[in-house]
Amino acid sequence: MGFGPVAPEAGEPVFHAPWEGRALGLNLSAGAMGHWSIDEVRHARESLHPADYYASSYYAIWIKALEALLLRHGFVTEGELAAGRMLEPGTAPKRVLTAADVAGMLGRGSPYGRGPTAPARFAPGDRVRTMVMHPRGHTRLPRYARGKVGCVEAVNGVHVFPDANAHGQGEAPQWLYTVVFEAVELWGPDGDPGGRVSIDAWETYLERA
Amino acid sequence: MPHDHEDGSHLDPMAARVMALETILVEKGLVDPAALDAIVELYETEIGPRNGARVVARAWSDAGFAAWLARDATAAIASLGYGGRQGEHMRAVFNAPGEHNLVVCTLCSCYPLPVLGLPPVWYKSPAYRSRAVIDPRGVLAEFGLTLDPATRIRVWDSTAELRYLVVPMRPAGSEALDEVALAALVTRDAMIGTGLPLALDGRS
Repeated sequence: MGFGPVAPEAGEPVFHAPWEGRALGLNLSAGAMGHWSIDEVRHARESLHPADYYASSYYAIWIKALEALLLRHGFVTEGELAAGRMLEPGTAPKRVLTAADVAGMLGRGSPYGRGPTAPARFAPGDRVRTMVMHPRGHTRLPRYARGKVGCVEAVNGVHVFPDANAHGQGEAPQWLYTVVFEAVELWGPDGDPGGRVSIDAWETYLERA
Repeated sequence: MPHDHEDGSHLDPMAARVMALETILVEKGLVDPAALDAIVELYETEIGPRNGARVVARAWSDAGFAAWLARDATAAIASLGYGGRQGEHMRAVFNAPGEHNLVVCTLCSCYPLPVLGLPPVWYKSPAYRSRAVIDPRGVLAEFGLTLDPATRIRVWDSTAELRYLVVPMRPAGSEALDEVALAALVTRDAMIGTGLPLALDGRS
């Protein structure tokens, strides 16, 4: 079915080639300049042409998206990417990650919880239906879980809303819920008998069912 | 790790592309190559699944810790020294008789890095991401794991910034083991849900 069997690799190394480690390091270092959010990064990755996306390894996707972000924010030019060297100055970074800062940067992370500005609309046990929508931009409501009825299982506080934050529209934080669906609701008779699948859904993805 | 910049005569296209990008960004003063070295070294040596195994072993050994982990996983895990990037909002989900948990990120490859390290290739593959939600039993069979048909599977799709750690059931006959010995039984895949802990004879 679909993409075929999953293929676990015995004794898999952390990186399969040295360039993968450099790709990770470049992404984290460039992100630490502070000019884009994780949501903009994810949108850049999923905006690759589908044929390119599915033909690219994970870190290749990361590098292609990083180039797009660096171009968009004026840090590099197409000419520089073609030449493989600096040709002209670009945007000045807000900050540059040093080796001494790495452990602290990774250890701090970037918490996404925000203070509530309104009471939560839903409570555990509420039945909700996910929205049917096909936005042109970024969203974290998976297609398989749109227009489906599930049950609110947990209220997880107020979190940055990726659909807005990915596009420079601010954090627009919303209540975040864990919503659980019966497999048959998602997949009909092909669902795993007795199985359940949950997603974490922002409040505007949901309406009362 | 050193830069591993080879002589260029046998670089594959992605290696050459990444090297070129690093060159540009270093020339522009945007990245420090020593920071890249430090990132690679941390993920190769310190941030990996032994951290999560220690969390699970503590939960097996200490009912108070297990209750804390169930209630506030981020704080409980931080008490063992793990947290930060992609583990800011942790949730631990506990296997039980008749209940098995499986974690996926269908939208990208979200993964609890502080406790499990960098994800394996299969976790990031379209096959796993697309099929874990619709055919979890078939996916588990590809890992050699066949659950009792009566065991219900709960799939957690990591669509937001919550990161999930599966706490498997403690292996039978492990009552006499200390935390270090218990942690040695906890595999990475057992903490994703695609495996079970090792049995006391060392087999999965």
